[in-house]
Amino acid sequence: MREIVAEDLEALAIGAGILGTGGGGNPYIGKLRCLEELKKGRRIPLLALDALDDEAFVVSVGGIGAPIVGIEKFEEGEECLRALRAVEEFFGRKADALIAAEIGGGNSMEPLLTAAQAGVAVVDGDGMGRAFPEMQMVTFSIYGRPSTPAALADEKGNVVFYRSTASEQDFERLARSTAVAMGGTAGSATAPMSGQFVKTAAVPGTVTQAINLGYAVLDAARQRKDPVDLICEREGGVRLMDAKIIDLKRHLKGGFAVGEIRFEGMGTFSGQTASVIFQNEFLSFEQDGAVRVCVPDLVIILELDTGRPITTEVLRFGQRVAVIALPCHPLLRTPEALAVVGPKAFGLGSVEFQPLPRPTWL
Amino acid sequence: MHRIGVDVGGTNTDAVLMRGREVIAAHKSPTTADVASGVQAALIALLMQSGLEGGQIDLVVIGTTRFTNAVVERRGLSPTAAIRLCGPATRSLPPMVDWPNDLRAAVGAEVYFAAGGLDYDGRAITPLDEAEIRRIGMDVRRSGVTAIAICGVFSSVSDAMEQRAAALLSDVCPGVDISYSAGIGRIGLLERESATILNSALLALARQTVSAMKAAVAACGLRCPFFISQNDGTLMNADQVQRFPILTIASGPTNSMRGAAFLSEEKDALVVDVGGTTTDVGLLQNGFPRQSAQVVSIGGVRTNFRMPDLLSVGLGGGSVVAVDALTCRIGPMSVGYELTTKARLFGGDVLTATDVAVAAGRADLGAGRMSLGLEPELVTAALGEIDRILGDAVDRCRVSSTALPVVVVGGGSILAPARLAGLSVIRPKHFEVANAIGAAIAQTSGEVDRVVSLGSDSREAALLAAETDARRLAVQAGAVEDTIIVTEREDVPLAYLPGNATRIHVRVVGDLGDIRRA
Repeated sequence: MREIVAEDLEALAIGAGILGTGGGGNPYIGKLRCLEELKKGRRIPLLALDALDDEAFVVSVGGIGAPIVGIEKFEEGEECLRALRAVEEFFGRKADALIAAEIGGGNSMEPLLTAAQAGVAVVDGDGMGRAFPEMQMVTFSIYGRPSTPAALADEKGNVVFYRSTASEQDFERLARSTAVAMGGTAGSATAPMSGQFVKTAAVPGTVTQAINLGYAVLDAARQRKDPVDLICEREGGVRLMDAKIIDLKRHLKGGFAVGEIRFEGMGTFSGQTASVIFQNEFLSFEQDGAVRVCVPDLVIILELDTGRPITTEVLRFGQRVAVIALPCHPLLRTPEALAVVGPKAFGLGSVEFQPLPRPTWL
Repeated sequence: MHRIGVDVGGTNTDAVLMRGREVIAAHKSPTTADVASGVQAALIALLMQSGLEGGQIDLVVIGTTRFTNAVVERRGLSPTAAIRLCGPATRSLPPMVDWPNDLRAAVGAEVYFAAGGLDYDGRAITPLDEAEIRRIGMDVRRSGVTAIAICGVFSSVSDAMEQRAAALLSDVCPGVDISYSAGIGRIGLLERESATILNSALLALARQTVSAMKAAVAACGLRCPFFISQNDGTLMNADQVQRFPILTIASGPTNSMRGAAFLSEEKDALVVDVGGTTTDVGLLQNGFPRQSAQVVSIGGVRTNFRMPDLLSVGLGGGSVVAVDALTCRIGPMSVGYELTTKARLFGGDVLTATDVAVAAGRADLGAGRMSLGLEPELVTAALGEIDRILGDAVDRCRVSSTALPVVVVGGGSILAPARLAGLSVIRPKHFEVANAIGAAIAQTSGEVDRVVSLGSDSREAALLAAETDARRLAVQAGAVEDTIIVTEREDVPLAYLPGNATRIHVRVVGDLGDIRRA
């Protein structure tokens, strides 16, 4: 079984940022936390999805809350662990492995550091293959496993246990209001699942994918190659446009940062214009009056020179970027999934989802 | 008004004396190891050139890399204890966790977690425990550490707790230097805390530096106030520098760009500052450099300071030219400050970019063009490479297709052609001391950066309140009220928090008011 080591964490932070599609929070703090765990002599074994035992007890862990609080009042250290213990106590059984709900952004790191603390493995996979803003947008809940029984824990010793909720939307609402009351962030343990279910419902191999994306960026720098080409080549991505940001509108709506970016093409894309709409994450890429890519496929904005990811918080007028698209996993393309994470679920009512082709080798 | 600006760079100390908008004396000489004697020599040279007496000077502004160098070289830093007011929160990552090992060793690794800190809405995470702070103070006193840095979670919402802790510690360990994070950095705990620790570690050096500079200024017969440039190109008086030395670290590039704006009389332009080894290209917007959104690293430590957004390339006046049958490479190797001994123009044997520029007729220096005897093909190839590197850099800094002038400054600016990236190049008179001019013309500023819950207030009302506060701070710092303009004004909505939590940032600058002689 592969173990995640210190060098991998740097790559994972970059790759998780890329899969974050503009949102998901900054993995920097999470990366430092994982490094601290490794320094203590703890380990992070990575378990391939098909190596999971059918009878295994798997729990999803991650942070919930405002990214800005995440960089200022970061964790006491065992928030996710306390939440996990509350769930384990209810079932009278310890978890055999942990899994990320969301590989995009900072939540990629929480399962790793919690697994290190708990002495268990992390599953190579997650519940999105990217980042999404709300908790019901996880494949585990889309395919029938509700988030509850679940727990949230803060740094003060508060542990809130959710026995059950009437719907996933209710869980999202209740959990989020608890996180706000806790000061803006909390550690969570949700969706206790069997290994058998996880094998059918998790997006596979995404921890490795994030690590590989990160190494593509680092390798490109070392070998003086084009990182954007390398990423698209390795991940079956499409290079939509090299551009400068020429307009940026950003405002609050229902607690989320929403807005629109307009681009002017550069280099081989000179003379072209395009726009991207976002709601925390980048939702769609539109050109010449037509939407070319939209959720759940991944619209990603990278620094043109380095291939490093750009999040919505650091978008600026005049930035030189590469806009690329990666195809999402087929699990996000079923009718049940599209009802929750398709363009209509994000208020893009008139947009029909045209899936990006997935290369056969992916 | 007679103003003097001095820029103490890594290689040279540049100085100018200005009357109103006119440069009446300029001086350049190598920076001395102790900094102050070089400053004194520059001041004396200016007075001699201009025929003025020290008592006629109204204002002296000095820009220095002293504090940046101290951090980068790990020298002159005081052992510092870091105290984080956080209660149980944030303990997963101690202060200095992401510092390079040698810097952590230079500053000492005394860290304390203490009760306190705030949530985003201003509520205490846990109340400040005054007895605990006193105990920590006694500990610091026993350890012999001479500086303390205090950082409280969400202190940008309210600095009352940090101030109280500072007052208690000041009581328990008199004579220990103390700084706290609220006046130093923005939201982002590790970055702000790191900046505060560096600041505290620099306080002793700051006192020494300010005192030496004051002495140098007085020794020349100047009786006016003296200021030091800070990161945004505005002034800090001696007292402020002795409290916030860390805020001076990016003043060099900022001064260069502001000087370029002044000399060219362009408020919107691309600025190319050609030095001995590198060239920095930046964008002027409304007279001020465009700020970088990236994390700024000082000596390997992540901070959240704002610095000019500069593109640096490895081409300068002293860059070595390497030619073979197939290619021509210029830089990144350079003879740097040894140009006047090593370049061919000055009798040396190294072919430098300056030699090529003179051979091509772009300037006349040293023994002159004819003495070089370079082959025309070589000159053409090398010149083409110089133009390509500079043109590419300029093009990469543009933000639109709007044509802007390119202002070239710096000692190595003779390398530049008449047009770069399709834009006209301006090389103003006194281009070689643009940085000192930027220091001389510095304005004073006020800045507000905080998180507010808009609630029933409109966005405009919150921005207006912040602007009023920023103006008040600028006036307190010496700005003339009716010269104040707003240079930055933004509100960033914060996702996932209720009450329309918004981060408000307003910055204003104004001209310095009446400078009375001492």
